[in-house]
Amino acid sequence: MAQAAELELRGVSKRYAGQREPAIHGLSFTVPAGDVCVLVGPSGSGKTTALRLINRMIPTTSGDILLGGRSVLEREPKELRREIGYVIQQIGLFPHQTVGENIATVPRLLGWHKDRIHARVTELLELIDLDPAEMRERYPAQLSGGQRQRVGVARALAADPPLMLMDEPFGAIDPINRGRLQDEFLRLQAKVKKTVVFVTHDIDEAIKMGDRIAILREGGVLAQYDTPREILTHPADDFVAQFVGADRGLKRLALTTLAEVRLIEPDTMTREPSANGALRLPRETSVRDALSLMLTADGEPASVLDDEGNVEGLLTLALIEQMLSDEAAEAPHAGAGAGSSTVIEQTAEGGR
Amino acid sequence: MHEFLEAFRFIAHNGAIAGAPGLPTLTHLALETLRVAAIGLAISVVIAVPLGVWLGHIHRGSFAAINLGNIGRALPSLAVLAIGDAILGLGLTVVELALVVLAVPPIVTNAYLGVDGVDRDLVDAARGMGMSGFEIIRRVELPLAVGPLFAGIRTAAVFVVSTTTIASLAGFSGSLGDVIANETSYHFSGVLGAAICVAALALAVEGVLTLVQRVLTPRGLRLAEHERSGPLDPEAAIA
Amino acid sequence: MAAAAGSIVASVVAAGEPVIPNYGAQSSSCVVHNHLFCTDWVSHNWGPVLWPALRGHILLALVAVGIGFVISLALALAAYRYGCLERPTTVITTILYTIPSLALFELLVAPVGPNVYSAEIALVSYTLLILFRNILTGLRGVPAEVLEAAEGMGMSRRQALVRVELPLALPAIVAGLRIAVVTIIALATIVYTIYNAGLGVPIHTALGEGPFKTELIAAGGLAILLALTADALLVLVQRLLTPWTRARAT
Ligand SMILES: Nc1ncnc2c1ncn2[C@@H]1O[C@H](COP(=O)(O)OP(=O)(O)O)[C@@H](O)[C@H]1O
Ligand SMILES: [Mg+2]
Repeated sequence: MAQAAELELRGVSKRYAGQREPAIHGLSFTVPAGDVCVLVGPSGSGKTTALRLINRMIPTTSGDILLGGRSVLEREPKELRREIGYVIQQIGLFPHQTVGENIATVPRLLGWHKDRIHARVTELLELIDLDPAEMRERYPAQLSGGQRQRVGVARALAADPPLMLMDEPFGAIDPINRGRLQDEFLRLQAKVKKTVVFVTHDIDEAIKMGDRIAILREGGVLAQYDTPREILTHPADDFVAQFVGADRGLKRLALTTLAEVRLIEPDTMTREPSANGALRLPRETSVRDALSLMLTADGEPASVLDDEGNVEGLLTLALIEQMLSDEAAEAPHAGAGAGSSTVIEQTAEGGR
Repeated sequence: MHEFLEAFRFIAHNGAIAGAPGLPTLTHLALETLRVAAIGLAISVVIAVPLGVWLGHIHRGSFAAINLGNIGRALPSLAVLAIGDAILGLGLTVVELALVVLAVPPIVTNAYLGVDGVDRDLVDAARGMGMSGFEIIRRVELPLAVGPLFAGIRTAAVFVVSTTTIASLAGFSGSLGDVIANETSYHFSGVLGAAICVAALALAVEGVLTLVQRVLTPRGLRLAEHERSGPLDPEAAIA
Repeated sequence: MAAAAGSIVASVVAAGEPVIPNYGAQSSSCVVHNHLFCTDWVSHNWGPVLWPALRGHILLALVAVGIGFVISLALALAAYRYGCLERPTTVITTILYTIPSLALFELLVAPVGPNVYSAEIALVSYTLLILFRNILTGLRGVPAEVLEAAEGMGMSRRQALVRVELPLALPAIVAGLRIAVVTIIALATIVYTIYNAGLGVPIHTALGEGPFKTELIAAGGLAILLALTADALLVLVQRLLTPWTRARAT
């Protein structure tokens, strides 16, 4: 089970009983094994519905859903759900069970041996940076919001599912801790490499978390399915353009670090850090942050430092402007697109 | 079911027994039961409602208010009557005292829970509009607490009617319980007939109180409220 | 049946002369003069009178609450699943709860007879409203997201009920049990009018003898003490069964 599995939706539609319009309409996309697909869209666009179709919490009206090449519609729902990690915004930890018992839920349902469950719980607690000795016997009421959310993720990971479904998992967390949990989840995902469908209504979170983003519009229609960079560079239509925001240029800059920019060669004279302007930035800085700092510093060019602290090159406002217009002119899927997923992870780890 | 036929005949004859003249009529006994019960309930309401409402208004004394209710429930009517009898000698006063002892706790507890549970934001809003403490009680807390308040009064009414009939077992005469306690004179058909009357009387009292409650409940609350549907929790206010 | 009770009325009416029963050689002057409370009478009569009555009382209450709990649990589970059952169940159990005990016992004697069955049926019927309502409220109080998580992880309905819903409803269930137990212990003192058992028996004897104050106070006090003890025991049980309710952020 440990291997991540590819998820494919084929023309999936859902109409709730007594509803005239479908909540999901002809949804098709494929999430490659081990990728994070973020489902994003305004409230009521059918994101939750889509997730619950995948683990068969609600019946599909038409279309097919394949997990690892096998239709979920022919699976026994309970058995299927035990094979799919499921995390919801309200977490839904069992208040009457300890952290350890909560995490052990699915392994117990699967009838694992006690020792194996114990070992697995320890492993997961360590994975989410909670001290097993201290946290295993605590009740959910004794945890902070962030800790609860992490336990929720650990519980979903317990039986090492090939697919994780996460419905606005950080929606109820304050912005500072949300950022921290996002970074943590990306680090975790780099280790466990699950196929993940991650729902949010926050486009910034989508850009940060997703290898690919599926934007839904009202009525559960797929507006665009692409990498974050492509969506920011070439929004499919006005709806997407408006949804990603007028600042999509800036958001795009956030996806690139200085390390990826073709900088202006510094004069040999100025290779000494001390000889340059006040602004000196490490190469992991995102272009967006660099721009912001340069604007605060009256548009002065910035020196980009390599890992040893030597000046690697110069960044000017004109160079950034050039980058933006070049990218916009590029054909879709060209240029830096291929490397975008790794870029996202680095950006995320850089902490936004 | 022959016994029930006989019992209904006894009721139809208003409690008259052939060959035993001078017995009180069922109507008279029913009215007496109501009178004794009503006095007890009225005294209890006068004592308990202000106490519970006041405790709820100041949000104090939850422990006392809740546990009073618990202890009240733990007192067997017959034991209270018997002990009252042992200490003071049985009479209307002791019966009424017993009724009050049994009826006050549930009213205090429920009045307390009702008023204490009124949304604090509403009370703050009322205070912000310049209402005095008394106005807040009268115009905000009491109307919103009608449900729990009446739940307490209805529970108390059940206790009071039941205890009034039980008083006959302790030797107090002047209620329908007299018939049930005196099978020698009334035979089983009379006992059964009186039991039917007692049950009907208690249900009627409950029905009337339910109607009163419905009339007193603000119209806005009537739609949402499931009267009496909350959990009975002896520790509701402590937890 | 009520025959015994009838004779009390007669004897009370006839009271006036010294009516202290002859307790033979054991009668102390305290008993003879019917003082408020004679400890020597209590110690002499614990074995022959009070203990059997107390034991019978406990048994009556335990059986009633046990059966009442099983019935209420079934009713509450049904109403939890099919909401439309709540209203009729509430109406019927409220009616049963409202009928005064003295009357309900006699109403049952006609079809069932003056025996332990009538007594238990009546006592059980008084537990239903309380237990049904508390169990149902407890089940309904389980947070929606907890149920969704249970379902999403692949629990069957039955597994969710046993592992999640019932444990989480426990505090409300035990709260209901406390009320039911205390109520039934109080009501069981009336059982003697149709069946010779419980603490009502010595109360009845004492009423017929004057009244004999010590026995009234001892038996009545035992009933009250029993109720309070049972309540305290249930609080203890709840603490053991629901450790999570006391877990707070550290
Ligand atoms: N159980 C349901 N029954 C009927 N309609 C529903 C149900 N759940 C959701 N819907 C409707 O389906 C649409 C999509 O809902 P949802 O998937 O929850 O959206 P999102 O998660 O994107 O906010 C909404 O219009 C909502 O009202
Ligand atoms: Mg949603």
